[in-house]
Amino acid sequence: MIKVAIIGLGKMGMSHCAILGAHPDVEMAAMCDPDGLLQSAFKKLTNIKCYTDYTKMIDEAKPNAVFVVTPTRFHAEMVIYALEHNCHVFCEKPFCINHEDGQKMVALAKAKGLINQVGYHNRFIGTFNEMKRLLSIGIIGKPFHFIGEAYGPVVLKPKGGTWRADKKSGGGCVMDYAAHVLNLINYVTDNVLIEARGTFMPEIFSKEVDDAVYSTLKLENGLQGQLSVNWSDDTHRKMTTSLKIEGDGGKLEADATTLKIYIKEDKPAENLKKGWNIKYITELTSQVFFNLRGEEYSAQIDHFVHCIKEGITEHRNTFEKALQTDFIIDKLIEDANK
Amino acid sequence: MDRILLGDNQFFAVNHLSDEKSRIQSVKFKDNQAIINVLDTAMDLGINTFMCTTHDRIVKICDYMRQNPEKYKNFKFHPCMPYAHKYANAMTELGIVGTLKEYIPGNIFAVASKAGIAYVRKDFPALMELLVDAEMKMFKGMNTPVIFLQNVIVDLLIGLGMYDILVHYVEYIKKNYDAEPGFITMNMPKMVDICEEIGIKNPIICSSINKIGFRMSGDIETYEKYLNSNREFRPIAMQCLAAGALKPEEAMEYVCRFPKVESILFGASSRAHIQQTKDLIEKYSK
Repeated sequence: MIKVAIIGLGKMGMSHCAILGAHPDVEMAAMCDPDGLLQSAFKKLTNIKCYTDYTKMIDEAKPNAVFVVTPTRFHAEMVIYALEHNCHVFCEKPFCINHEDGQKMVALAKAKGLINQVGYHNRFIGTFNEMKRLLSIGIIGKPFHFIGEAYGPVVLKPKGGTWRADKKSGGGCVMDYAAHVLNLINYVTDNVLIEARGTFMPEIFSKEVDDAVYSTLKLENGLQGQLSVNWSDDTHRKMTTSLKIEGDGGKLEADATTLKIYIKEDKPAENLKKGWNIKYITELTSQVFFNLRGEEYSAQIDHFVHCIKEGITEHRNTFEKALQTDFIIDKLIEDANK
Repeated sequence: MDRILLGDNQFFAVNHLSDEKSRIQSVKFKDNQAIINVLDTAMDLGINTFMCTTHDRIVKICDYMRQNPEKYKNFKFHPCMPYAHKYANAMTELGIVGTLKEYIPGNIFAVASKAGIAYVRKDFPALMELLVDAEMKMFKGMNTPVIFLQNVIVDLLIGLGMYDILVHYVEYIKKNYDAEPGFITMNMPKMVDICEEIGIKNPIICSSINKIGFRMSGDIETYEKYLNSNREFRPIAMQCLAAGALKPEEAMEYVCRFPKVESILFGASSRAHIQQTKDLIEKYSK
């Protein structure tokens, strides 16, 4: 059994905690959160040990792995403490605010040979994985343009909220929503975003942070495209993320439920016909051990557990890859403030 | 419970396969009358139970039915609470206490109120009762023989091991609403095991049941084993069409293979579709 402790029980922390609790190879041993109501609920209703000080939790509970699910500005100190105590670490996204801290965490995890992962769950969605695969075998020829988008109804009124409305804590649409899209672009193209131009990040309802991000991006391999992200968009019932890639031989369009493939010639090896082809998530998803709010959330945790069991340090969703996302976030902010 | 239950996803732009279809649906059902028309059609075809989430728009549907009591005297609701996205979006913006404050009637910080006392005493069963009452308010005077807890909550509670809340929910629904409690889950076999363990007798459990194993976590074989066993639970099948991946005929033929499945939940908005589904269920239920 892998003994797990979790720091931070907001929406994501609660979700991870429940999935971990149901995992057959995990002992969900301890939680840490300052909220009195949560402390009381966990003490009364579960067998999970409760702490308000994460250092004490790691020292006493001696977990094999730690989940860091706190506001972004706390990630560095908590992740470093856990790594120094030889814990494998799963950290929520975005990875961290300060690039030097990020590099330190990547280096420390590597030096210690510990498994490290960040909560970019789109990397576990079947449609995006199939898009990545088809792109890599050149199904649409040479790509010349992409569009990455995300929309959802998070901030719909002009009022202060949680840490997500605080720039210093790592809030704002760029950190919360855009991070997912940027990370996904890197993943699907198997490349790294290096440049942002013409960026603007309007405040729609928020006073201190951006509610939307629009920009032109460039990958290391020269491929360019647009980013369009807005978390104050109530035309969507929940967060909707999509990616389109155009090439000289066709086009790929994916969201969490559907992958649309347009090709100019038949591809019999892939069983794809000239024109539009559609693949649905139902044929691209494998069943998970426990489903709380979508297969991808369980799959990413199962992946982390699997990597610990098998000692796989290089995998699809490491600190290093998340740091590349932090890098382009910094570029976007820099460009918007020019 | 009726054999055939009409669901509500089609009314609220929920489509598990296509965001485009969601948009078309949201335009089609912008007007409450369009929803009422579908419910009337269903009634006309002999389907008298509407299983619906506690979405804000159901308030208006209930208002309309209260104004036409004679017409809807045999109509039943199976409320499913809570409407999860409302709380999930609020959690992101307001945090846990902020969300409770927003949705529990009364002020949780005013110690004199019921909510305030429950909050200060950290009385979780009492807080749960307040949330249930808040969600059930819209159904006042309507016939609600079964009241469901949505899968997001059920699966969260089973993952966290907070079984006491499930037990309390059962007691509270039976006592205060004179109704049967029901559970929607994405993890049916696990839920059956837990109900046996914590003493919830013969629970109504609604879960995905379809030929291709879509949203049947673990694996389809385990689901089939439970459905063919004599374990005590009352299954409702949902997502029989696997979000549209299956044709209605093969979908209903599969679900009807299990005599233990008591009811079948489906969503449709045209007369032809409702009729077709009903005919298929009847054909394969013989």
